[in-house]
Amino acid sequence: MNLALAKTETGRALSDAFAVARDRLPGAGGVADARRQAFDAYQRAGLPHRRIEDWKYTDLRVLMRDVLPLAAAPDAAALTRAGAALKLHAIAGVRRLVLVDGVFAPGLSQMADPEKGLGIRTLREVLEAGDSAPPAPLFAADTSDAMVALNSAMMTDGLVIEVADGAVLAKPLHIVHIASGAVPAAMFTRSLLRLGKAAGATLVESYIAAEGAKTYQVHDSLVVSIGDDARLDHVRLIEDSREAFNISSALVSLGAHAHFNTFGMTSGANVSRYQAVIAVAGEGSRVETNGVNLLNGRQHADTTLFLDHAVPNCSSREIFRAVVDDRGHSVFQGRIIVRPKAQKTDAKMMTRALLLSDQAEADNKPELEIFADDVTCGHGATTGALDESLLFYLRARGLSEKEAQALLIQAFVGEAIEQIASDGLRELAISAAERWLAARG
Amino acid sequence: MSLLEVKNLQVRVEEREILHGLSLTVNQGEVHAIMGPNGSGKSTLSHVIAGKPGYEVTGGEILFKGENLLEMSPDQRSAKGVFLAFQYPVEIPGVATMTFLRTALNAQRKARGESEFSTPDFLKKVREVAARLNIPQDMLRRGVNVGFSGGEKKRNEILQMALFEPSLCILDEMDSGLDIDALRVAADGVNALRSPDRAMVVITHYQRLLNYIVPDVVHVMSKGRVVKSGGKELALELEASGYAQFEDAA
Repeated sequence: MNLALAKTETGRALSDAFAVARDRLPGAGGVADARRQAFDAYQRAGLPHRRIEDWKYTDLRVLMRDVLPLAAAPDAAALTRAGAALKLHAIAGVRRLVLVDGVFAPGLSQMADPEKGLGIRTLREVLEAGDSAPPAPLFAADTSDAMVALNSAMMTDGLVIEVADGAVLAKPLHIVHIASGAVPAAMFTRSLLRLGKAAGATLVESYIAAEGAKTYQVHDSLVVSIGDDARLDHVRLIEDSREAFNISSALVSLGAHAHFNTFGMTSGANVSRYQAVIAVAGEGSRVETNGVNLLNGRQHADTTLFLDHAVPNCSSREIFRAVVDDRGHSVFQGRIIVRPKAQKTDAKMMTRALLLSDQAEADNKPELEIFADDVTCGHGATTGALDESLLFYLRARGLSEKEAQALLIQAFVGEAIEQIASDGLRELAISAAERWLAARG
Repeated sequence: MSLLEVKNLQVRVEEREILHGLSLTVNQGEVHAIMGPNGSGKSTLSHVIAGKPGYEVTGGEILFKGENLLEMSPDQRSAKGVFLAFQYPVEIPGVATMTFLRTALNAQRKARGESEFSTPDFLKKVREVAARLNIPQDMLRRGVNVGFSGGEKKRNEILQMALFEPSLCILDEMDSGLDIDALRVAADGVNALRSPDRAMVVITHYQRLLNYIVPDVVHVMSKGRVVKSGGKELALELEASGYAQFEDAA
């Protein structure tokens, strides 16, 4: 049945795209074999559609109509356009790592003078190194998800970042994905981040487009391993153009006594799905995974989180907010699995959606699967409109309707944003929300 | 020209007429009290003047500084100088009081074509007013009215009144939920704002409040109309004899 499903129009076109692109993809030998296996895995599963539970609300057979050709390496004009876009989203005091059309752009990046304990290579470099055995986590990522498998088959570039045991990076790393967008194209990127024991890092990921970018597709994945006693602060801001399609995955594993604070905001793209699979594999670890969808027009954004508690004495918190206007469609799926050994797990999830129009839609699906008997777990979900009495109070104090709504929306999403541990990262998220509100007029 | 002229106002809420031809004229510098039993339409009047949605004006008009108030949005009325101190100020979690005050003040100034306050000037002004009203700084950092006591909420309304400098203040049941000490603090705050350029309409069920905010004119409302107007002694008369006589008159 799955094979049959893969042979939809889009599915067939993807097979063709892989066949055409195969010779251009970096890496030979073991890498090429692994790509083929990944593509086979993708083909077996097929393009995800609504009858696959995890993709119920994001049917790619409907939402991903076209298969775009693999993006060409950016030329000078594309890099110039990307550079201009970058200026608007540049953050002070970070180490910037830029991918333009899925290809690392050294001229826009800051690779020089790495801090002690920081190692950065490009994915292309790693794939082309000719190692008979590519770094294990590159391909060991979960292939049960068709889109991750597709990403494994097609990935062209990305960053491979290592933070040595005990190294705590003072400068945040900022990976910027820019679509130059002169012609419709697809980009496939993967980045790896490995934090050694007691290491610490901050990672910001931005997805943006150059002015006037045409339709494009982002297929990205981030594979993270956080060592024992290590800590990662992570913010992901999807501000792609309103014609973009963005499917990105984060595959994260935590060692013992590790801490992962992550926040994702989707305010851009036409169709997007951000899926995170977080494996809490070491005792005494903490995860805070929070996010916001800000949607209007006909945007569709899906945030899907799988939290897997495999060991005892860990905690997790998920706070998610969606604001949906016009005919926007927000999807939040949060599944927490507490395996039999994971006693004393403390896991909580709360998702709330704010609908600003009659035609806006929000699907909230919190799920708890608990197999241990001594745990504290809970979840909640609400959906509603802005409170009229609050709006009137603000308007009676001089705020216009839009200003009053904006203030209440900021307060609503603020409940998720304030979970970001670092002040600087919190400011980034607030700015992104303000950009969405300002564009709303 | 009077500051506020309410002429033969008729108002419905969901098919039920609440105000049946109410008239009221308030001049600059005057303090008017509107008294009346529950359900006489006092709060409806205050809501209609401020522009709260849900009320249908079926007849009459409201002029403010000679302009048709009913054609203006609530925020336009606010920028023109209408201020309603709410009977039950709402709690707005996640919006810091300071942010709210600055956004509101600047929105009003912008609407009037005035320049926005700079942050230091604004902070200085808020601190001055807050100190006068005994409002601690930490209250200003909290969400608007979140976790405030009844007295604190009312003081926060008066703080806004002092900050926005409206020309018409409508105080809707300011005494509800306040003990005598809180009432005195709130009334002192209001009295400090009495000025020849500003009028006030004090809506209250009880005469008690008028011991602290002494009105120039007292109106008695019953069944959606003003049935009697007089000097401040009218309030004392009501305290002695009750509203029953007017319910019959109406």
